[in-house]
Amino acid sequence: MSPRFEPITGRYLNFDLLGRPHRLYIEEAGQGIPLLCLHTAGSDGRQYRGLLNDKRITDNYRVIVFDMPWHGKSSPPEGYQNEEYKLTSRGYIQMILEIADALELDKPVVMGCSIGGRIALYLAHQHAKRFRAIIGLESAAHVAPYYDVEWLHRPDVHGGEVSAGVVSGLVAPTAPDNHRWETLWHYLQSGPGIFKGDLHFYKVDGDIRGKIDEIDGRASNLYLLTGEYDYSCTTEGTLDIAKRTGAQATIMKGLGHFPMSEDPPKFIGYLLPVLEKIRGAA
Amino acid sequence: MIERIPDLVNSDANLVRRGRFLSTTFMLEIGDQGYLVKIIEGRIAGVTPGPFVTPNYSFALRAPRDEWEMFWKKVPAPGHNDIFALFKRGKLTIEGDLHPFMANLLYIKDVLAAPRREAVQ
Repeated sequence: MSPRFEPITGRYLNFDLLGRPHRLYIEEAGQGIPLLCLHTAGSDGRQYRGLLNDKRITDNYRVIVFDMPWHGKSSPPEGYQNEEYKLTSRGYIQMILEIADALELDKPVVMGCSIGGRIALYLAHQHAKRFRAIIGLESAAHVAPYYDVEWLHRPDVHGGEVSAGVVSGLVAPTAPDNHRWETLWHYLQSGPGIFKGDLHFYKVDGDIRGKIDEIDGRASNLYLLTGEYDYSCTTEGTLDIAKRTGAQATIMKGLGHFPMSEDPPKFIGYLLPVLEKIRGAA
Repeated sequence: MIERIPDLVNSDANLVRRGRFLSTTFMLEIGDQGYLVKIIEGRIAGVTPGPFVTPNYSFALRAPRDEWEMFWKKVPAPGHNDIFALFKRGKLTIEGDLHPFMANLLYIKDVLAAPRREAVQ
């Protein structure tokens, strides 16, 4: 019997980010228009396993997923033991642009979820011309803190378990159990303080409320998809951005904050028409 | 609903195992009615309804009755499916010593959601 490999290739990319060398883990599958995917805070690229394995997508798109530095199989940079990890909008934008350049991607589509959905708004605001289209999943211009993030990183509370506990309710109650717990596993595994460090961007540094009206959702081909069960990035927040920018918004029934991971088949049902539209086939 | 929590939790060996390092008493308020929920090593040792003279507990969760009723539906509507969703909407407050709550968050969420298993809709 031949081994049952998935059609995904995983490789390590060496590149410099903000002047420091990094060793970054990247997976990809398919051919055609590059589709660069950004995972959520405190998780990693495994969230996109459903897309990487779906022939309806990979027949026309080269799906590329990287683990952000400090996440998944991308280690922190040398000297990490002497600093506190904090994601900033500047570092996050630079990361995406440098990875796209290192891979020599020609006008990729970029799709990000949660923090990735927020940075998608920054890209639409500052770098729209570099992308064929921008897809924001669970995009909100700002999320006010509603619990104390100090709980996420302290020695008397298990960081992985509390992170999974915090996000567990963001998965829709209708999500299949296997995908729910796979999604939570990525949080259970995340490095110490990494979810908290990403939330620095999500809740403090990455407030883009003041720039939403400067985004041209039509010129930047901005698409927004948000799950109805997301109480972090709310459907109201997404619809407000769509109204102010001219982006095309879809509210996804029976999905929460991790659509691509918590119920891949249901999410792909919503994504396919968007991808068809982007490649001009619909 | 809340009266069923001890049986539902204690008959779930896996849930009890996940809570085995937790022994505490917390206050659950459903509207005006308070309950002291006593946990010993992951098992629910008792649910005592108030009124109380000098209640002693680690943390308290308080929400209006209709919010808990929505929360305990078999498939809760968006905004009602998780206690953090209730926090975010300002419908549920938590106070006291949050360490036992946060350190056992996945377990406590499942304890609170246990009545959903018997909900008809």
